[in-house]
Amino acid sequence: MVVFSKILEKEAEGAENFQPISVEKHLELDVDVGNLLAVDNNQFDGKLLKSNKEDYFLKLARDNTQILINHIWSCPIKKIDEVIMAELPPPRIVLPRMKRVPKPRALTKWEKFAKEKGIQKKKKAKLSWDAQLQKWIPMYGFKKVKAEKTKNWVLEVPQNSDPYEDQFKKNTAAKSENVAKNELQRLRNIAKARKIKVPRVGLTNPDVSSAKDLKAAVTVAKASTASLGKFQDKLPKEKDAKGISAITPGASRKRKLPPASGEDEKKEALTIVNDILNKRPKLDIDRVLTQRSQSTSSNQKVKSSEPTNKSKMAKKPKSGKGQKKGGKKSGGRKRR
Amino acid sequence: MKRLSEERTKVLFEKLSKYIGPNIKLLIDRPDGLYCFREQKDRVYYVSENILKLANTIQSENIVSVGTCFGKFTKSGKFRLHITALNYLSPYAQCKIWLKPSAEQQFLYGNHVSKAGLGRISENCDKYQGVLVFSMSDLPLGFGVAARSTAECKLADPVTSVCFHQADIGEYIRSEEDLL
Repeated sequence: MVVFSKILEKEAEGAENFQPISVEKHLELDVDVGNLLAVDNNQFDGKLLKSNKEDYFLKLARDNTQILINHIWSCPIKKIDEVIMAELPPPRIVLPRMKRVPKPRALTKWEKFAKEKGIQKKKKAKLSWDAQLQKWIPMYGFKKVKAEKTKNWVLEVPQNSDPYEDQFKKNTAAKSENVAKNELQRLRNIAKARKIKVPRVGLTNPDVSSAKDLKAAVTVAKASTASLGKFQDKLPKEKDAKGISAITPGASRKRKLPPASGEDEKKEALTIVNDILNKRPKLDIDRVLTQRSQSTSSNQKVKSSEPTNKSKMAKKPKSGKGQKKGGKKSGGRKRR
Repeated sequence: MKRLSEERTKVLFEKLSKYIGPNIKLLIDRPDGLYCFREQKDRVYYVSENILKLANTIQSENIVSVGTCFGKFTKSGKFRLHITALNYLSPYAQCKIWLKPSAEQQFLYGNHVSKAGLGRISENCDKYQGVLVFSMSDLPLGFGVAARSTAECKLADPVTSVCFHQADIGEYIRSEEDLL
């Protein structure tokens, strides 16, 4: 019994060293158990803070921690494998995430188009029945290639084509072309998603190019002469492609500003007028013919009415043949 | 009010030069002040700079007309002269036609001018040149295009048209709503 009482005495002595678990506070702490967070909104005690700062803070921290731990033990408690656990409620305060919310993947050109048009992806069967081979053939893969080979052991030469052209080679070339095209489009989609500027490659295949590309190509080609396309003829209603001034020789991206003052505008208008008026007149054959017929008819009239009009019909006088006027032989200015 | 683009200015002046030739310069370079061409809803107006300054205080969509309307640009980019331009064309005309009093009414109703109605014609008139049409008392009536040159006119039948009608002052009544 002595042992027990001793132990109890010791316990009591030790308990005196511990501080109580109930803490009095003027204002209740704002506790978020889910985040293991307690916020103390009470004011500091000015006297204690001045007299013994370190001890005061230490005590304050202990008290507040005690309150937090009290709250934790008020949660439902479980015992798993000799370990006592408190089940924390979900956090009340939502903490902001450290990194930015990831953006959704940029749509490819086809996906965007399909979304606009409401085209939905249909699931295709991986196998399809081939009536000719009496077999299930996969959609792709080595078995498909094998099946194609056994099926297409002979190919028809289309009409109007070179009979010596290798049709097998043509097919493989078309296939590889298609693969390359898909790859190019894949890369283009990546570049578009990452907003990388891809250099122009010009027209790769005029057969499948869009009208816009062809127009741009025509505009650039026309401007690519020594005189920057100044003397290239235009088709009626032909218009230059827009937005390609960066690759068109001689084209400036800056818009020409209109003349600032009325005087400048007048000058500009006058130069345009002069250009128009100084244009070399077109040879109007009708006009020439009518003028000629007029002049010949008038000549004929003259002839018929006055056949002996010497003043018009006479020859040009020549020197040394006419009669000299008598008298004065010299004097006056020499005329040549 | 927009300035005319260089292309449109060219089209306009080419059209005007068919009627008044080098006299266009007199329209641009006037001693009594600055005058210019302005565009509003595809219509071309000939305005004094002073009036233009006042007009600039009004929003362009609220402006119906400023100065004198010379004509309009068609959708295909050609320029069509209106009868309102007559007052500026008639003093500078290069090729003129005078109508007999009996033919005046026919012309003012929008018909072509036949040889029978032709009173006088200025010399050296080309075929398909722009011509101004006057009454015998020198009142400008309208304008058109010479269907025959002066020389051909002499030999033509009385019924053949000498001048194709383009615009006449009868339009002020006939197509009042279209003129603006």
